[in-house]
Amino acid sequence: MSAGAALAEALESEPHPAPKRGRLSNRRTPYLLLAPGMLWLIVFFVVPMVFLVSTSLQTGSVSEGYTLTFHVQTYSEALRFYHAEFVRSFVYAGIATVLALLIGYPLAYAIAFRSGKWKGALLILVIAPFFTSFLIRTFAWKTLLADDSIIVSFLNTTHINSIFKLLGLTTGDRVLATPLATITGLTYNFLPFMVLPLYASLERVDPRLIEAAGDLYCAPFTAFRKVTFPLSMPGVVAGTLLTFIPAAGDFINQSLLGRAGEGMIGNAIDSAFLDQQDYPTAAALSVTLMFTIVVLVSIYVSRSGTEELV
Amino acid sequence: MATTVESRRAARQSAPSTRPRGPIPWLRTHIVQIVAGFVLLYMFLPIFVVVQFSFNKPVGRTNYDWHGFSLEPWKNVCGSGLCGPLGLSFKIGILATILSTLLGTLVAFSLSRYRFVGRSSANLLIFLPMATPEVVMGSSLLTLFVNFAFIPQGFWTITIAHVMFCLSFVVVTVKARIAGLDGRLEQAAMDLYADEKTTFFKITFPLVLPGIVAAALLAFSLSFDDYIVTAFNSGQAQTFPLWVYGSNLRGLPAQANVVGSAMFFVSLILVFVGRFAGRRNKA
Repeated sequence: MSAGAALAEALESEPHPAPKRGRLSNRRTPYLLLAPGMLWLIVFFVVPMVFLVSTSLQTGSVSEGYTLTFHVQTYSEALRFYHAEFVRSFVYAGIATVLALLIGYPLAYAIAFRSGKWKGALLILVIAPFFTSFLIRTFAWKTLLADDSIIVSFLNTTHINSIFKLLGLTTGDRVLATPLATITGLTYNFLPFMVLPLYASLERVDPRLIEAAGDLYCAPFTAFRKVTFPLSMPGVVAGTLLTFIPAAGDFINQSLLGRAGEGMIGNAIDSAFLDQQDYPTAAALSVTLMFTIVVLVSIYVSRSGTEELV
Repeated sequence: MATTVESRRAARQSAPSTRPRGPIPWLRTHIVQIVAGFVLLYMFLPIFVVVQFSFNKPVGRTNYDWHGFSLEPWKNVCGSGLCGPLGLSFKIGILATILSTLLGTLVAFSLSRYRFVGRSSANLLIFLPMATPEVVMGSSLLTLFVNFAFIPQGFWTITIAHVMFCLSFVVVTVKARIAGLDGRLEQAAMDLYADEKTTFFKITFPLVLPGIVAAALLAFSLSFDDYIVTAFNSGQAQTFPLWVYGSNLRGLPAQANVVGSAMFFVSLILVFVGRFAGRRNKA
C-alpha cells in the first residue's frame, strides 16, 4: 500500500544532470529498452479500454454472444438506473478527500517542520499501518465501529452522533452500516496517499521564507495562509487526486462497512459484471466513471493552476 | 521595534529559556505536534485491533468479540484453510514482482537517460494506470479476457493484471532513484578510461540498485494486497485477499489476523533493517 511512497519519492527527488551522451549511432537503444514494458501496457491497459468501450455498445447475452450494435441507449438506461450510486460515490469520495486533507495536513506539516531527527522514523510510522492487508484493516474497523464499541458509545453519550444523524450520515445509535462508516473507511484507507505528497511538497518549502514573513510582522497563522500553504499547493493537488480517484472507484469499504443496498458505483460495476453478467451495462458504468473522473480531474488541475504536475 | 523582532525570532528558534512557561503556552506552541500525534494514533487504531484479535480464543466462526487470550490461532495458522490462498498470493506476487521490476527498470532507464521522439507519450502511458480507478482496470481486462476465451482465467490472468498495474509504480520509483544520481560519478569513471559498459555495471547499476529493490518491494506489496483488479480476473483461483473478502459472509477467522499481524511486523523489521544497512553504506 505504500504506492504513495513511490510518488512522494518521485516528487521529492531533485534531478542531477546526467552525463550527456552523444551516441547518435544508438538511436534505437531507448526504444528497445522501452518496448517490452510499453507493449505490456498497450496490450493489457490500452487495448482492454477499447474492448470496454466496445462492450458497452454491444447487445446480446452471455449465452447467445454479443454483437456490436452501437446501442448508445445502454448508457442512458445505466445512468437512469444507477445515478444514485454515482452521486454517492462522488459525494463519499469528496468528503473523504476533504477529511484526509484536514487530518493529513497537520501530520505532514509536523513531520516536515517539527520532527527533527525523528523525521525518518515518523515517515516509516506513517506507512507502517499499511504494511498489513487492506482488507484485514477494513475488517478491524468493523470491530472499532461495532454498536457497543468505545468509539460509538463516546459518539452517542456526547451526542456528536446526533449531528451526524442530522446530516443523514448515521441512523439510530449505530455507526456500522451507515454512510459515516463507509466514509471513515475511505478516509482511513487512502490517508497515506494524501500525507506523502503533502510531506514531499512541504519539505521543499524554504523555512527562511516563513521566517521572513514573521520578520515582516506577519502573525504565524497569516504566514501559514500566505506563504506555507500556497507553496504546498502541488502537494495538495497531488494528494487530493491520489485520494479522490481510488476512493471514487472503491467498493470494499462500502460493502464491508456500509449499508447493503446503498452501494457506490464500484459495487454496481462489480455486481453487474460478476453477478448479473450484464456486460454492456457494467462496461457503460465503467466508461462513465472513467470519463467523469477524467473531466473532474482536468477541471480541478486547470483551476488549481498546477498543470506542470503531470 | 527591534526588541519585538528579536523576541519573535527567539520564540521561533524555540530557545527554551526565553519561552513563556506553563501548560497553555506549551499547548499553543505544540498544537501541531499534538494533532499529528492524534492522527498517528488514528492510523494505528486498526493495527491494535488486528494484533489483539490475532490472540483471540477461537469461539464460534466469527472474530468480532473478544473471548480471551489464546495462542491457538498462531499455532494453527493453516487450520482455517487460508494457507492455499496465501501460497497462491505468494506465487503470483513473486512472479509479478520479477516481471514488473524487470520491465519497469528498463523503461525507467530509457525514460531518464535518453531524449527521443515519443518520450512524453511514453510518460503519459506510464502515468495513466496510476490515475485509473482499479475497478475500471479490472473490468476492462475482464472484457478483454472474455473476448479471448481460450485464455483460461486464473493464475496467468491474475499475474498479467498485476504486472500491468505494478509496472507504473516500478517505473516511477526507479526513475526517482536515477534522477537522484550524481552524474559526475559516471563522468569520473569515464575520465578514468572505463568504457560505457564498465561504467554502467560498476557505477550506475549499483547506485540504482536500492531504488530497484524498493520498487520490487512496492510491487510485491501491491500485488499481494490487491483485491479489486484480481476479483475481475481470477476465474476459480482464490488469492489471499479474495479468501479474506469471501470470509465476510462466513466469518473471518482469527488466523487472518495472525497473517495480518505477521505481515505488519515482518515489513516493519525489513524497513528498519534496510534503513540501518543503508546508513552503514553511507558511512
